[in-house]
Amino acid sequence: MKLIFERSQAGRRGSAIPNAGLPVPEVPEELRRRKPPRLPEVAEPEIVRHFTALADRTFGVDTGFYPLGSCTMKHNPRVNERVVSLPGFRDLHPLQEEEGAQGALELMWRLQEILAEVCGLDAVSLQPAAGSQGELTGLMLMRAYFADRGEADQRRTVITADTAHGTNPASVTMAGFNLQKVETDARGNLDLDDLRAKVGEETAGLMLTNPSTLGLFDEHIEEVAAIFHDAGALLYYDGANLNAVCGISRPGDMGFDIVHINLHKTFSQPHGGGGPGGGPIVVRDLLEPFLPVPAVVRKDDDFALDYDRPKSIGKVRGYTGPFGVFVRSYAFIRAYGPALRLMSEAAVLNANYMLARLRDAYELPFDRLCMHEFVLSARNLKREHGITALDVAKRLMDFGFHPPTIYFPLIVAEALMIEPTETEPKETLDAFCDAMLEIAREARDDASVLKEAPHSRPVRRLDEVKAAKRAIVRYRFGDHPDLAGEPSKGEAVEVQKGA
Amino acid sequence: MSYLSLTDADREAMLETIGVASVDDLFRDIPAGVRFDRELDLEPALSEAELVEHLDELASKNVHTGQELSFLGAGIYDHYVPAIVDAILARGEFLTAYTPYQPEMSQGVLQAIFEYQTVICELTGMDVSNASGYDGTTVAADACYVAKHVTGRSKVVLCETVNPQVRQVVKTYAPGFGLEVVEVPHREGVTDAEELGRAAEGAACVLFQQPNFFGCLEPAPDLAAAANAAEALPVAHVDPMSLGLLEAPGNYGCAIAIGEGQGAGNYQSYGGPHYGFIASRSDYIRRMPGRIVGETTDTAGERGYVLTLQTREQHIRREKATSNITTNQTLLALAGLVTLSWLGPQGLREAGETCMALAEYAKERLGLPLLFPERTTFKEFAVRVGRPAQEVIRAARERGVHPGYALKRDYSEMEDAILVCVTERKRKPDIDRLSEVLAEVAG
Repeated sequence: MKLIFERSQAGRRGSAIPNAGLPVPEVPEELRRRKPPRLPEVAEPEIVRHFTALADRTFGVDTGFYPLGSCTMKHNPRVNERVVSLPGFRDLHPLQEEEGAQGALELMWRLQEILAEVCGLDAVSLQPAAGSQGELTGLMLMRAYFADRGEADQRRTVITADTAHGTNPASVTMAGFNLQKVETDARGNLDLDDLRAKVGEETAGLMLTNPSTLGLFDEHIEEVAAIFHDAGALLYYDGANLNAVCGISRPGDMGFDIVHINLHKTFSQPHGGGGPGGGPIVVRDLLEPFLPVPAVVRKDDDFALDYDRPKSIGKVRGYTGPFGVFVRSYAFIRAYGPALRLMSEAAVLNANYMLARLRDAYELPFDRLCMHEFVLSARNLKREHGITALDVAKRLMDFGFHPPTIYFPLIVAEALMIEPTETEPKETLDAFCDAMLEIAREARDDASVLKEAPHSRPVRRLDEVKAAKRAIVRYRFGDHPDLAGEPSKGEAVEVQKGA
Repeated sequence: MSYLSLTDADREAMLETIGVASVDDLFRDIPAGVRFDRELDLEPALSEAELVEHLDELASKNVHTGQELSFLGAGIYDHYVPAIVDAILARGEFLTAYTPYQPEMSQGVLQAIFEYQTVICELTGMDVSNASGYDGTTVAADACYVAKHVTGRSKVVLCETVNPQVRQVVKTYAPGFGLEVVEVPHREGVTDAEELGRAAEGAACVLFQQPNFFGCLEPAPDLAAAANAAEALPVAHVDPMSLGLLEAPGNYGCAIAIGEGQGAGNYQSYGGPHYGFIASRSDYIRRMPGRIVGETTDTAGERGYVLTLQTREQHIRREKATSNITTNQTLLALAGLVTLSWLGPQGLREAGETCMALAEYAKERLGLPLLFPERTTFKEFAVRVGRPAQEVIRAARERGVHPGYALKRDYSEMEDAILVCVTERKRKPDIDRLSEVLAEVAG
């Protein structure tokens, strides 16, 4: 398919710009643009066709089942898109005086209250722009908290699980902490002996996803919390898997002190091809003074932005946060009300049903009931037929499904991490399970159809090695290289895809 | 109301397949001590119609740009968002897709990101752009982190004329990143290149903004040269809507260009979500944060696109990653791509010219003393209103006009200064009305 630059014709245009009929001041010569940027020159009809064609070559939850583990690809209610487009939200300037933004501030304040209740904690900052920024913000809070107690030089280490999302260790480094990893035991819980050996006076805290990326609830979470709190350290809850436990078990009650919530997972902000997201953090009262500014506070019947927080770590993002995300998530939660538990129950039921249907055809590394997602291994197919998790994933595309997350968590070889979410009907779950079983049969009887998959997508399997080697990351117009003639460097690589 | 699909019969059949008696049994691994034993204390559920009524009521308590004649800018701008943006972003495939980990499922969004990266490179004169950052503030922290690793130095120099929001975010990130932040004061509204050059000694990077927070045009090539002379990376924070008229940072020696994309294609939305952009020379490609899309071929030799250079990223490199970013702002960046395609080179230039012409008219028409009278400005300028700016804003708003941003909120000495923003959405009578109102309420 052509790039929009390849549809471009000199002199064509899509826009008409108001002309003020006024003289245009001179830009000083040394600051003036000499050569215009080569933006596309395309009329509106072609722009619409171009992006429609790109949409046709994209698969969303609206297109079909998208069981990408740890990403919580649930239906995105369209009423949320309607309300976020109300001019009172959409066209509101973030520096509007507070008396002209009372509705927006009230919505933010209400969302703060809701998230505190869902997490069983005391105070909320809506500021972080994504889960990963929530993590970094939470770690900055840890740092500020210990600095305030005079323990900054002592508390240098943050512990993560060997099943952790890659963001956890990356955030630890960015926040200036040292990383220590703790192992997983035979039942998929944190290994308590390993943990006890590693927690000490230098420990600032733990980052943990619970249920873990294996889809398993840590059965010893109370002991884990006690180990850290007894050592004077804090517990951070990575909320990527919060969809499993809303109204069922609260991170604050589990003993966590800091939580980030992925509004684009649990609370249905559409993922948008990779964003936007929202990563509010929810904390125990002892950490409230350090939260980023601004916070939304209520004063009688009025709402205000509070910047006067002397111990705050500061601003983590511009202005008042990703407000449109707040509107959608607030609307989503208000549709459930106190029955939010039903959401998590259905998510967990769907996952366990699929697990029950697939456990015999694939290997199950931890034989337990799962929460909202589960991890299978294709290592039996690899051992017996040379079929990898990647092959299974590519073949699923031919059945009309988005593949699950693969090669993650790292402790499971040939991992297939499946998260159906609560919004899928049983028929869809059955159709996907049927496809997975059919693929397991194909591995035995017709392995080449898997090796060459996908067969039904606009492109065949793409050469990721060549892409990384050549690093062609922008169109170069007349000088653009032609890769078609170059020999293939390899095939798609077996690295984590998803989560 | 809920968004669930299972019937009672489904549930029974599923529980039977699983081999448990009830949904509660599915949660038996959760220790009793941490189970939540009451209902969440949330307000009652709303039907869709009730939800719309409730949100409508909240929205109506806000005074938005369509209700009040507003000259607020200061980093978030009321530029026109073309109708095709709404139409294209409403496509469910774009709206409800995830990060394109499986390229054969996601060629459309991958190609769109590749086109976005190209547009950002063209605007800024750079070789490589990532797939977007959270906003125009966090990309500044990202740029400082890149510079630290490239130069092995830890001092970063921020011009005081950079948007205070940006500077505050850099300062928040600095302790974790191991950065020391130094600020260079403005001289009559712009940065002095010699002064900046002295501060740049031993620095990893120098961050300036063009046009700067006061709307003034900085001597940007001189600032970049001063940074380069000290072997500090020059980082320019630029307004995409200015880049039809103003030189691209890559063409005057900058190493990295960053900015807030909101003005090109995103609604104001009370501050977000928007997209930040970060682009650099090819030398730094392996230090860039976040997602990058690259071109490749499939097994049949056809062109295609994939996420690439992933060995920089957290999901592969973990604690050694260049950044922890996973989520970016793809949908907002797509809005940027659509808007910039709609504008084209000519439209971008004309939009800039209209802003600049109207702003110049406003300067004259208001007849108020300018805070920095010697400077060339783009779409914003600072005027002095003769009494505390907040009082003037309050009085003007009572007359249906929001005259702009009180600079005292960030610069304590600028007691009576208002930063007025004029975009291509304003007309001459709008400016005449602003002039009338300020004549009534200014000191």
